Amino acid sequence: MLKFIIKRVLMVIPVMIGVSIIVFSLMRVFSPDPAPIVLGQHATQEAITTWRMANGLDKPVVVQYLTYLWGALQGDLGVSYFSKASVAKEIGARFPATIELAIAAIIFASIFGILLGVVAAVKKNSIFDAAGSLIALVGVSIPIFWLGILLIMFFSGFLHLLPSGGRINVLLEPARVTGFYMVDAVIAGDWAALKDALLHLVLPSLALGMYSMAIITRMTRSSMLESLGQEYVRTARAKGLREIKVVGKHALRNSLIPVTTVIGLQFGALLGGALLTESVFSWPGIGKFTVDSILKSDFPVVQGIVLLVALIFVTVNLVADLVYAYLDPRIKYASKKEG
Amino acid sequence: MTGVPPGEPMTVTAGPAGTAAACAAEARGVAEPPPKGGHGEAGLLLQVRGLSTDFAMKKGTVHAVIDVSFSVREGEVLAIVGESGSGKSVAALSVLGLLQPPGRCVAGEVLYKGRDLLKLPKGEMRDIRGNHISMIFQEPMTSLNPVFTIEDQLTESIRLHLKLDRRAAVKRAVEMLRLVGIPSPEKRIKDYPHQMSGGMRQRVMTAMALSCDPDLLIADEPTTALDVTIQAQILALISDLRDKIGMAVILITHDLGVVAETADRVIVMYCGQVVEEATTEQLFERPLHPYTLGLLRSIPTMEDTEATEPLYMIRGMVPNPLHLPRGCAFAPRCDRRRARCAAEQPALIEVEGRKLRCFLFEPGCNQAATALSPESAQAGGAVRRADSEVAP
Amino acid sequence: MSKWDSPVAPGTPPEPASEGLVADETMALGELLPDGSIPEFDETLHEKPENQWLEMWRSLKANRAALVSLIFIAFLALLAVIGPYITPYNPIETNMANALKPPSAQHWFGTDQLGMDIFSRVIAGTRVSLTVGLLAVSIALTVGIILGAVAGYAGGWVDTVIMRVMDMMLSVPSILLAITLMAALGKGIDKAVVAIGLVSIPEYARIVRGSILSIKENDYVAAAHVVGLSDSRIILRHVLPNALSVIIVRATLGISSAVLDTAALGFLGLGVQPPQAEWGDMLGRARGFIFQAPHTLLFPGMAITATVLAFNLLGDGLRDALDPKARIK
Repeated sequence: MLKFIIKRVLMVIPVMIGVSIIVFSLMRVFSPDPAPIVLGQHATQEAITTWRMANGLDKPVVVQYLTYLWGALQGDLGVSYFSKASVAKEIGARFPATIELAIAAIIFASIFGILLGVVAAVKKNSIFDAAGSLIALVGVSIPIFWLGILLIMFFSGFLHLLPSGGRINVLLEPARVTGFYMVDAVIAGDWAALKDALLHLVLPSLALGMYSMAIITRMTRSSMLESLGQEYVRTARAKGLREIKVVGKHALRNSLIPVTTVIGLQFGALLGGALLTESVFSWPGIGKFTVDSILKSDFPVVQGIVLLVALIFVTVNLVADLVYAYLDPRIKYASKKEG
Repeated sequence: MTGVPPGEPMTVTAGPAGTAAACAAEARGVAEPPPKGGHGEAGLLLQVRGLSTDFAMKKGTVHAVIDVSFSVREGEVLAIVGESGSGKSVAALSVLGLLQPPGRCVAGEVLYKGRDLLKLPKGEMRDIRGNHISMIFQEPMTSLNPVFTIEDQLTESIRLHLKLDRRAAVKRAVEMLRLVGIPSPEKRIKDYPHQMSGGMRQRVMTAMALSCDPDLLIADEPTTALDVTIQAQILALISDLRDKIGMAVILITHDLGVVAETADRVIVMYCGQVVEEATTEQLFERPLHPYTLGLLRSIPTMEDTEATEPLYMIRGMVPNPLHLPRGCAFAPRCDRRRARCAAEQPALIEVEGRKLRCFLFEPGCNQAATALSPESAQAGGAVRRADSEVAP
Repeated sequence: MSKWDSPVAPGTPPEPASEGLVADETMALGELLPDGSIPEFDETLHEKPENQWLEMWRSLKANRAALVSLIFIAFLALLAVIGPYITPYNPIETNMANALKPPSAQHWFGTDQLGMDIFSRVIAGTRVSLTVGLLAVSIALTVGIILGAVAGYAGGWVDTVIMRVMDMMLSVPSILLAITLMAALGKGIDKAVVAIGLVSIPEYARIVRGSILSIKENDYVAAAHVVGLSDSRIILRHVLPNALSVIIVRATLGISSAVLDTAALGFLGLGVQPPQAEWGDMLGRARGFIFQAPHTLLFPGMAITATVLAFNLLGDGLRDALDPKARIK
């Protein structure tokens, strides 16, 4: 198992280097020169040259990349062209909001996706199955941002039940410790803040998680159907076990193995979808920041964000693989023998 | 057919005319059902009567089991023999109520100690399964759940049926593993199925099936997926345990060699119907039904190793279950078919204390002379083998 | 020839049905049937594999949802072609005096914040979405097939390099990657096509590579090699047609995600530039009027969802039609 983990962790490194090369070359080689954008259309040639030198853009691209990589390894992602603040700090200020949203969304998607998938498989061809399929189908077809708009229209505009945007009522904002309002509110013991933050989280996480929920439902249903047709399920029934145990233990445990991989992949997709969700719900995460930075050619910020998202994505998939191996003893023990 | 209680749908279509029906009634000779809760006839453990199982497919209904009746006495080994698709496994699954949709029992009763299992409430049926009647399946590789340890899977039914606590259940599980001949069971019990060989897994399955001292064990092709040497071991194990525990066994197989070694009585199934029932001795000495004869002759014997002729094969293929022949299901492949075989369905009749579904043996057809003596069976085999070049 | 006519080898005992018995049997059961009077086995068990495409079409026809989707997509295609000629109003004509009017007999879907007729704009948007969807998928298909084919067929380090790059692309969420590409390429619908196309290359490359790896070992490819066909010819003539069905399914589903991505880029203001009509862009610009004029947000969103839904249903239907196993499930 240890060898398996080490092997998987080591595989992350070339992927991250590759991603950084791709992003770096996209930004530095193909993108328009940022200088006129930063300095304005009427900047003098001299000012531009000075600015380029100050930001290291006069050096060969390879040197720029290596400098950047060296800095990134030490946690220095450079300085924003516009705010002049450290990119790490800029991202750090906004990232917890995005992660909080993505985690809420994946929890929602996993719980309801697995539930729907299991029910659809067990009650195959019933009304539940049809409903599950319909939800799954609409879930993958509806644009996140439009779903968000509909949710706001209905729950905020029509029912006045939930806030239409933002992360929390500004007056209730808890003292910043981690940047995760859920955690910070608990630390501060501020239950009003916790409740408010939770209410703000409901609609965005619904909108963001719907697509993933649909995918997880489909995956769970098909893998559950496969498990239910397996002979070990028949064995379990032949033992005289209750159906709930046959389904909930013998079939489900096997079905969840492929589902974990899908959940891992979906978490990455959620970070992308967060860009759109945040834009709809005025969520102060990295989404809007990313779009703005791209439009302004703020290279260091874009690089930093893309790298960070890729790192999270790769890490989550790594964790998913480890959970997979944990759930499937065939892998756990096979790799044990190897090592 | 006459075993179907009145009011139940008859799944067999064209029944033969009066004489045949009368023959069938005589052949069955089954008394009225015993009172509920009673133990039926003395020593009779399981009585299956007129069992019919359908699979409703998109393209039509498959009658997988058609009006099958048999009984198992206490401590007896009954073999059900047939090719794949003959309905023998489906019949076994029907007995335990393990059929999954689209499969459904449409007629008949399964009397276990006088209680009809098909009408039992779910909860009571669960108490029968794994406790009174347990089952071993063909594929030891896939019949065990890959993600749980042997201990987990073995103690599950012990704790459920014997109401033991965890420690006692583990102790019993270890005992069972020792009983089925697994070396150092205290250690192996922590293993996952994939860490064991196929033979070991089938032993584990057997241990699991026997762990609650069942009265009846249904073994569905328990050795098919195993190596020949392991096959013999598992069969010996089942026979041995039968003697020790005194349970009855229904052994489902397509391997007549297995039958000869283990069974007391044999039922031969073809296309969902019983075509012959006899004691093992009777069957091997004088197979009557042309299908049984064909099956027996397709076993390679020692003499055959010298022979240059190809082994006998029943010609043709099992018919499409969606379009069974109108007459005798075996007629298209039968060497001795007559016009009547293609037109009508033969009934199950009694001949010399055995049961048989074939027109050739109906009264007025001189069945005694038609039956093969052991010598002529052998010799006939040789002749047919010589002929079989013309068969596809 | 009947078995019963065959001569009995000398020295072997006679067949069981010896002379004396035949008369008895004949009386009871009728004449012995010669071979061939009863079919050897049921023909229906051995249905000949029919033309794959015919089979697929038949199966698709039986799937009502997929069929309706296909008709709807055909209708959308028609709108994309003739839409601009049949819109009741000029889709890019502003009329501030008539802004944010709810649906009425004059303006079926109402008007937007600039007084433009939403019905006309939704129709005009069909062309953009379908074109971008088709073009983006074409780009992804072309590049993906080439890369996948090369990787699968060449193997070795070529395979490793190509597939590693594909993995890297997959480790960034596609919408983020597309936006980053847009930054490099600049704003505009043409750039959006390229960006959306490029980010979905890995899916196709993987499929094609997988099919090639599985087909490569097949006998007929080996046979083609023996006959002396060149590698590229083998790929084009033998390998690709076999992978085609999978690719078609993937591409159909790919169009739906391309339509979604187009709308997303439009929503973020990176797609078409005003005043051209595009569904996502319409949503993005009307976002501020969510409570004031919900109709501005309802219809473009419905158009996107219906289009994406149709391609998804068609893709699912095609997959089921191609994979009998999935159909049984």
